[in-house]
Amino acid sequence: MRPLLRLLSDDLIERIVSEARDILSALGVEIHNPALLDLLAAHGANVDRATLRARLPGDLIDRALKTAPASFALYDVFGERTHDLSGDNVHFTPGSAAINVLDHESGQIRRPHTADYVRYAKLVGRLDHIAAQSTAFIPADVPEAISDSYRLFLSLLYCEKPVVTGAFTIQSFEVMRNMQVAVRGSAAALRAKPLTVFSCCPTAPLKWSDVTSQNLVDCARHGIPVEYISMPLSGFMAPVTLVGTLVQHTAETLSGVVLTQLTSPGAPALYGGSPAAFDVRYETTPMGAIETQMVDCAYSEIGKRLGLPTQAYIGLSDAKLLDAQAGLETGMGACLAALAGINSISGPGMLDFESCQSLEKLVLDNEICGMCLRLARGLEPRDDFPARPIFEELLREKHLLIADHTRRHLRAEHYFTGPVIVRANLSRWREEGASTLGERAHREVERLVAGATPSRLPEGARREIERLMAAEARRHGLADLPGREA
Amino acid sequence: MEILKRIAAELERGHDQQVGQMTREALAAGFAPKQVLDEGLIAGMNVVGEKFRVHEIFLPDVLLAARAMYAGMDVVKPLLLKEEVPVAGKAVIGTVQGDLHDIGKNLVGIMLKGAGFEVIDLGNDVAPERFVAAAEEHGAPVIGMSALLTTTMPVMKKVVDLLRQKGLSERVKTIVGGAPLSADFAREIGADAYGYDGVSAVDRIKALIATRGVA
Repeated sequence: MRPLLRLLSDDLIERIVSEARDILSALGVEIHNPALLDLLAAHGANVDRATLRARLPGDLIDRALKTAPASFALYDVFGERTHDLSGDNVHFTPGSAAINVLDHESGQIRRPHTADYVRYAKLVGRLDHIAAQSTAFIPADVPEAISDSYRLFLSLLYCEKPVVTGAFTIQSFEVMRNMQVAVRGSAAALRAKPLTVFSCCPTAPLKWSDVTSQNLVDCARHGIPVEYISMPLSGFMAPVTLVGTLVQHTAETLSGVVLTQLTSPGAPALYGGSPAAFDVRYETTPMGAIETQMVDCAYSEIGKRLGLPTQAYIGLSDAKLLDAQAGLETGMGACLAALAGINSISGPGMLDFESCQSLEKLVLDNEICGMCLRLARGLEPRDDFPARPIFEELLREKHLLIADHTRRHLRAEHYFTGPVIVRANLSRWREEGASTLGERAHREVERLVAGATPSRLPEGARREIERLMAAEARRHGLADLPGREA
Repeated sequence: MEILKRIAAELERGHDQQVGQMTREALAAGFAPKQVLDEGLIAGMNVVGEKFRVHEIFLPDVLLAARAMYAGMDVVKPLLLKEEVPVAGKAVIGTVQGDLHDIGKNLVGIMLKGAGFEVIDLGNDVAPERFVAAAEEHGAPVIGMSALLTTTMPVMKKVVDLLRQKGLSERVKTIVGGAPLSADFAREIGADAYGYDGVSAVDRIKALIATRGVA
C-alpha cells in the first residue's frame, strides 16, 4: 500500500476552494499586463482598468480547470522520459535560484561563479534520487541581465536531466526557449517532449507582475510547462491561520490556472507554491517550519482535488551550515512531501531560506530522497506467505544471508544509503578516520564530480546553444563569457 | 583464456554450478590447474573483494561468490601440486563463558567459512580451558572470542593468560570482538588482534596467520 498523508477533510477542501473562488470573483486579482486584462475581459471577467484588477467569475474558473491537464511528462536532453507527473508519483529536484553557495573549503557562504555551477550540474547528473536539475543558483560572474539564460545554458551543457528554471525578465524568455528548441531540434518536438518547467510567481497578495504574467503566457503559448509559485506569508502577507493561508494560496494559484488555460487550453502546469510561515521574531520566512511544510502538503491535496499535478518548495532548511538543523528540516520536509505525494519536490541542497545552495548538502539530501522514495513505495507482501518455508530454511541453515529469498528481495526491499550516512560500527568508523558528515559529503562531491562523464548532448545542439548564449551576452555588452572549467 | 575469464565472471555472479562445470571444461581443454586457479577462481574472487570494499556488492554476494569459488576449488584441488594448494587455515571460535549472545560470533563463522577456513565453532558460554584445549586438539593457529556483555569481557583475558602459562602464545594467536569491545581493550588484555565486524575479523585472522608464518 502506498502510504499517504492527509491533512484536510473533503469538506474542508471544498470550503477552502469555495472561499478562494469567492475572493477571486468579489475582490479579484491585480494583473500588471494590459494584454492579459483584455483577454480576461473578452472571456467574461470584470476588469477595472484603473486598478488593474480582474474579477474572475466562477464559470471562467470552471472552464480553466476543465482544460488543465491532470498529468504531463518531462524528458531529458535526449528525449527520454524521466518524469511522470501524475497521481502520487514523487520526483525530487534541487531547490532553485539561490544567490549564494556554501563553500566547503572556507566554510563561508559566498557568491557563486561559473565554475561552481559547472560542478553543480555535473554532480546532479550523478545523483540517482534527484530526477531533475534546477537552475539552482545564480552565477555572479555574468551581468544580471543574462543570469537567468546563462544558468539554463550551463545546465543544458553539463547535465542531461530536465531543468526546473525560470526567466527573470520578459526578454529572456525567447533565448531560453530557443536553447530548448536547439536541444530538441524543432518547436514541435519541444512541445511534444517538454525539457523544462518554468517557475512563475504571483506576488502576495493576489497580484501578477508584468514579468511573471507574461512568462506564464509565453510558456503556455509554446507548450512549456510552468509551476505556479504562490508565496503567502502567514500572519504578514496572508492570514496568520494555516487555513487562511491556504485560501489565499488557492486563490492566487487558481488565477494562474485561468491565465494559462485562457491563453492556451490544455497547456501543462504544476499546482505549486512556496508559502511560508512568517517568523515575527526574526522577520523571516522559515522553510523548515513545520507550519510551512503543513501548508505545502495541504495545498498539494487541494491541487490534486482540483485535478492538477503538484509541486512544492519543501525538503530544505534555514540552517547556515551543514549541521543537525539542516538535516532535520530537510529530512522532515522531504518525508512529509513524499507521503503527501507531491509530484515535483523542490528543495534538496538548499539552506538559508532558499538563498544558499550547498553541493555537500545536495549529496546528503540525495540520500534523504532515496529513503523517502523507499517510504513512498510502501510495504507489501512479496514472497512472504505462506511464511513457514522460509522459517524452516532459517532454522535449518541457521541464517538467511545467501537464501534465494534474500537474493531475490534484498535490493528491492531495502534502500542502501551511500557513504555520507554512517552505518559502520564505532570501531570501524574510528579506524576509517572518524570523519564528520561534512567531510564524507565533501569526499563524495569530489568523487562524483571527478568521475562525471561529459554530457552526451549532440555536437550540433551544443554549438547552437553556445551561439545563442554568446549572442545574448553580446546584446548585453559582454564580449566573452567566463571560462567554464576550473 | 576466454574460458578463464568466463569462470571469473560466473564466480562473481555466485553461480557455483557453472563455475564447477566450467572449471572441468578448462582443465579438459588443457589449461594447467594452477592457471585455472589463479586466472579464473582467484581472479574472480579478487574482483568480488574489491566490489565489496566499494559497496557495489554486499555480504550475500560475497558469500555466494565464495561458495562458487569452492565449487571450482573442489575440482582443481586434487590436481594441484602440494605447494600450489592455497590454505586458509583453521580457527577456533566461540562466545565466552557467561555470555549467550552469539549472533556476531556466528557471522564471523560464516565469513571465515566463506573465506575457506576450517571453523571449529564451540558455540556460546565457552570456558577458557575449552578454547585452549580445542586449539591444541585441532592444531588451530587462531582463537576467536566474542562477548556482548561487559561483565563477560574479562573471560577473554583468562584465555590469553592461559595460553601464555602453557607456552602457547607464539603458536596460537587470539582475536577478540563484540559490541562493547575496542582495539584498546584488546591491547590491554594482551590479545593479538581485534575485529570490528565479520569482514575485518577474517582480514585480521589472515594477517595473524601470515605473521605467524605457519597455517
